[in-house]
Amino acid sequence: MSVTNEQVRHIAKLARIAMSDEEIERLVPELNNILGWVEQLGEVDTDGVEPLTAVIANKLRLREDKVTDGNCRDDILANAPVAEHGFFAVPKVIE
Amino acid sequence: MTDLTAKTIAELREGFRGGEFTARELAEQYNTAVASARALNAYTVETPDDALAAADAADKARGSDELGSLAGIPLGIKDLFATRDVDTTAGSRILTGFKPRYESTVTANLRKAGAGMLGKLNMDEFAMGSSNETSAFGPVISPWRRKDGGNAALAPGGSSGGSSAAVAAGIAPAATGTDTGGSIRQPAAFTGICGIKPTYGRCSRWGIVSFASSLDQAGPMARTVRDCAILLEAMAGFDPRDSTSLDLPVPNWETELSSDLRGKRVGIPKEYRIDGVPADINALWDKGIEWLRDAGAEPVEISLPHTKYALPTYYIIAPAEASSNLARYDGVRYGLRVETEGGLDAMYAATRAAGFGAEVRRRIMIGTYVLSAGFYEAYFTKAQRVRTLIKQDFERAFEQCDLILTPTAPSAAFGLGDKSADPIAMYLNDVFAVPASLAGLPAMSVPGGLDEQGLPLGLHLIGRELDEQGVLNAGLAIEERAGFTAKPTRWW
Repeated sequence: MSVTNEQVRHIAKLARIAMSDEEIERLVPELNNILGWVEQLGEVDTDGVEPLTAVIANKLRLREDKVTDGNCRDDILANAPVAEHGFFAVPKVIE
Repeated sequence: MTDLTAKTIAELREGFRGGEFTARELAEQYNTAVASARALNAYTVETPDDALAAADAADKARGSDELGSLAGIPLGIKDLFATRDVDTTAGSRILTGFKPRYESTVTANLRKAGAGMLGKLNMDEFAMGSSNETSAFGPVISPWRRKDGGNAALAPGGSSGGSSAAVAAGIAPAATGTDTGGSIRQPAAFTGICGIKPTYGRCSRWGIVSFASSLDQAGPMARTVRDCAILLEAMAGFDPRDSTSLDLPVPNWETELSSDLRGKRVGIPKEYRIDGVPADINALWDKGIEWLRDAGAEPVEISLPHTKYALPTYYIIAPAEASSNLARYDGVRYGLRVETEGGLDAMYAATRAAGFGAEVRRRIMIGTYVLSAGFYEAYFTKAQRVRTLIKQDFERAFEQCDLILTPTAPSAAFGLGDKSADPIAMYLNDVFAVPASLAGLPAMSVPGGLDEQGLPLGLHLIGRELDEQGVLNAGLAIEERAGFTAKPTRWW
């Protein structure tokens, strides 16, 4: 499989990365080179092989249902590029 | 005064406790050393006051029972670890100015043991790279040079390139690293130091900037195997804040160190004899086999048949996880924001275009593609199936042996710029390191010797899951026999 300009433009949109036409042009062969290389996995017979989900066997733990933190709004907002009135501020989304 | 920067952590611990010097003297010597080595570009932030404060606390506590295992030892911290109120950027422009209001579990554990911080260490952006050239702060320059007189600037390895360069240059007695697909072991090999990646889950990932969560593990980088054992004991431990943290006691790796390998079988995987590896590296591998035999171990040939598929598997899984993890950099909660016309979506896209470097953008694009509708099964699920086979290869091999010995990397340090034009050539540098990462196994690099250009080469030990002890012990056996004492000649 190989990707086209249109597909790369679509992936960039999904990934929320702004890209110029020149960048997309440049990325198409780069990505195809990498995808062509990873496609050697097609040679491996994986019929009946389960996908690996946990690299070291481990049980997901449940913890007691109680509040363990909170009251840290200022810490959470401390690194926001823009925070107003105790909230993260974003560009206007509703006209 | 004695040059304290030449000592190992075990020696510093003795000397400090014995009253040969104060922790303040030690911190001051290191602070001076750090400031005098800026040409290496190893530190992105220097925190001399942090080192001094920990030193003063250690001096005050000396002689009391409360002295931690690392009391008064100043360390370099890879910039992937969140450090409270100190810039934490992961080598990326997108985290410019980010000062976490919390401390990672691993660095908190080190502080609890009494360690101080010399500064934050440069690294490949989001740990994506094998040469430190993808850092937004520019590459770290290796303290090592070839002996051909050409003075070419060499890569310190990556992604923990600041860590490896700092330890090799004597501007940190040891450093933290992280390893996703070789990022502790390959830089350790390139710079003539030791580095261990423990079993996945031994060190908490809480507060470590995420790259590929099913692979990321922290570990120490230091001058000796013993120092690695001391540090790993302090770093490891169960953490309820990381759902993949292993709820197991931390073994006494240091006191259990033993280079007596009688009764151990060391597997030599035939698939790791690959084309294009310099003769020096294969010769060192043969020497390593003899050293382990001399320590009492029995070498056995083993087969890891899916080895050649490890790298392509990794370059599907790691970018997939990265594309998901890095979705959080949206210009809203922390780091960079690029204001632009076009509303919220345009702000996201402009911020991420300006904030991520070329390699990170490339990996996010690959990851997004392999997870996208219609391709998920063919790429991502397929890779996870092959990952199962790679893990089974190791399980079968460990029925015939207790440890595996290979070279750490297929080359000595390469020059800055030598591989940056070809992503796949760069990826291939982790060919020996990645399989153990995919299987979550403990693995270590120990310096074995120098190549014909006078550059360090590493030997790589892989153990059964949770058998860090076996890895450290075999590392110690190699260290004792290799007699590696070479140091880079100071030019910086």
